[in-house]
Amino acid sequence: MPKNSKSKNDNEGKRDFLIISTYAMAGIGAASVAWPLIDQMNPAADTLALASTEVDLSSLEEGQAITVTWRGKPVFVRHRTPEEIKQAKEVSLDEMRHPETDEERVPNEKFIVLVGVCTHLGCVPLGQKSGDVKGQYGGWFCPCHGSHYDHSGRIRKGPAPTNLEVPSYKFLSDNIIKIG
Amino acid sequence: MSKSKFKNPVVKWIDHRLPVFSFMDHELNHYPTPKNLNYFWNFGSLAGFALVTMIITGIVLSMNYTAHVDYAFDSVERIMRDVNHGWLIRYIHMNGASFFFIVVYIHIFRGLYYGSYKAPRELLWILGVLILLLMMATAFMGYVLPWGQMSFWGATVITNLFSAIPLVGESIVTWLWGGFSVDNSTLNRFFSLHFVLPFVIVGVVILHLIALHRFGSNNPIGIDVKGTQDTVPFSPYYTIKDLFGLSVFLSFFAAAVFFFPNFMGHPDNYIEANPMVTPAHIVPEWYFLPFYAILRAIPDKLGGVLFMFGAIAVLFILPWLDRSPVRSSQFRPIFKIFFWILLFDCILLGYLGAMPAEGIYVILSRIATAYYFFHFLILFPLLPYIEKTKPLPISISEPILGGGSAASAFAMREKK
Repeated sequence: MPKNSKSKNDNEGKRDFLIISTYAMAGIGAASVAWPLIDQMNPAADTLALASTEVDLSSLEEGQAITVTWRGKPVFVRHRTPEEIKQAKEVSLDEMRHPETDEERVPNEKFIVLVGVCTHLGCVPLGQKSGDVKGQYGGWFCPCHGSHYDHSGRIRKGPAPTNLEVPSYKFLSDNIIKIG
Repeated sequence: MSKSKFKNPVVKWIDHRLPVFSFMDHELNHYPTPKNLNYFWNFGSLAGFALVTMIITGIVLSMNYTAHVDYAFDSVERIMRDVNHGWLIRYIHMNGASFFFIVVYIHIFRGLYYGSYKAPRELLWILGVLILLLMMATAFMGYVLPWGQMSFWGATVITNLFSAIPLVGESIVTWLWGGFSVDNSTLNRFFSLHFVLPFVIVGVVILHLIALHRFGSNNPIGIDVKGTQDTVPFSPYYTIKDLFGLSVFLSFFAAAVFFFPNFMGHPDNYIEANPMVTPAHIVPEWYFLPFYAILRAIPDKLGGVLFMFGAIAVLFILPWLDRSPVRSSQFRPIFKIFFWILLFDCILLGYLGAMPAEGIYVILSRIATAYYFFHFLILFPLLPYIEKTKPLPISISEPILGGGSAASAFAMREKK
């Protein structure tokens, strides 16, 4: 009965199609139910709304530094001395793990702005206060595992893989910056 | 191991050492189930689905909730406005509670109609009543967490029920509150208990299922399964039927979540709790209304509390109150009439619980309360002496196939 066996094959094809499309729909359904449950752990709208910080630099004297909070993390702002700027600019990039020029990192050479989180394992480096240990290169020193950063926040010695991160920021006027 | 029914070598290896696959195969696949179950038997699995939905959405909500009187209300509003998909998750949890009770109440009335509580399923029934009690405690404490006006005053009224206990009542209430009014300590312990009780419910549900699988499901005819000709394997017959029922349930559930999310709630709960002002008309959530009506029907503080808890206590001893050996209402003409009266009585009590406690509503509440207890305590034990039951079929197959024998079942199949 060739006619019968052909219709049997057709039915099997139809059945496979139905089974596969049923499972596919069930999979899409399960994924769309799971997504809201996963996505609720991402930053909420009010958390994202707090993602920028304005800082007034007018009272920051030469050689002083302040630490502000941005997205729950410390941001270092330092008014560098001419001596520090000179050192940061003149050093050879050859001896660096993560070569970047000072100009790339600091648009306004007087004020350096850095995310104050060590790129090794997330500790906050020392160097903001006048009495702090500043490391061999005079910038910042991470006490957790001994990373040394220079006046441009570049990694010079120790386990940290990259330079201190520069957040995105811009000068709203001569003395006010907006981070984020 | 050579006789293993599993082809997959990994499954085979695990099953030989830890027979979970054999267990699932036995209890969910081959599990013999009466072949005449109607759609009222869908509500057990639907209740299980509702429980899992509540636990998953609840865990997710707790990640965004702050259990403190100063922050609780705002944290819930934050979930509604700022947390990604927070509105959806909270509306599912909120309406999920109502749908859980709808499903469980239908499940209970199914059991009453078809006599599912009778021997040998007494413990199955008692565990079910225990689940209902745990659900009520969990739902009540969950309703307190958003810290709205209804939360606060609901918590105050319900915890004050315990002050009706002679001598130690006041001390017990102070202990429940952890202070001298419903306050931060109360909110914290309610959050803790609201989180943990659902897992206790899961434990009792597992016992409920073990008890169910001991003798298998009851069925609309209420007579015992006589052999394999009266059953079909659970899978695929009832897995598919349960899934179809689930899709119908989900249609209603989604309609509520997306189009009427606050229909079963109370607008006053969107006003932050204020211990200085009680709302003019406080009512519990709809699923407590029949019990609330019983509480208010009794003109005595302790009496009201006792009758309210008594309304659930009678369910625990139901298997021994109903002396009739016939399970299903289909063969009990008088019982069947009174079943519908009881259902009407419970709906009436629910309506009366939502009405103000004055005038005709009080009188009707008393009549309805009196009937409720008459039904369980007097009618159930006496009915078997009065009622003439209809003759029972010989087997489950008989009313379906006429002949009632396994042979005729096969004959039918052969013709196709």
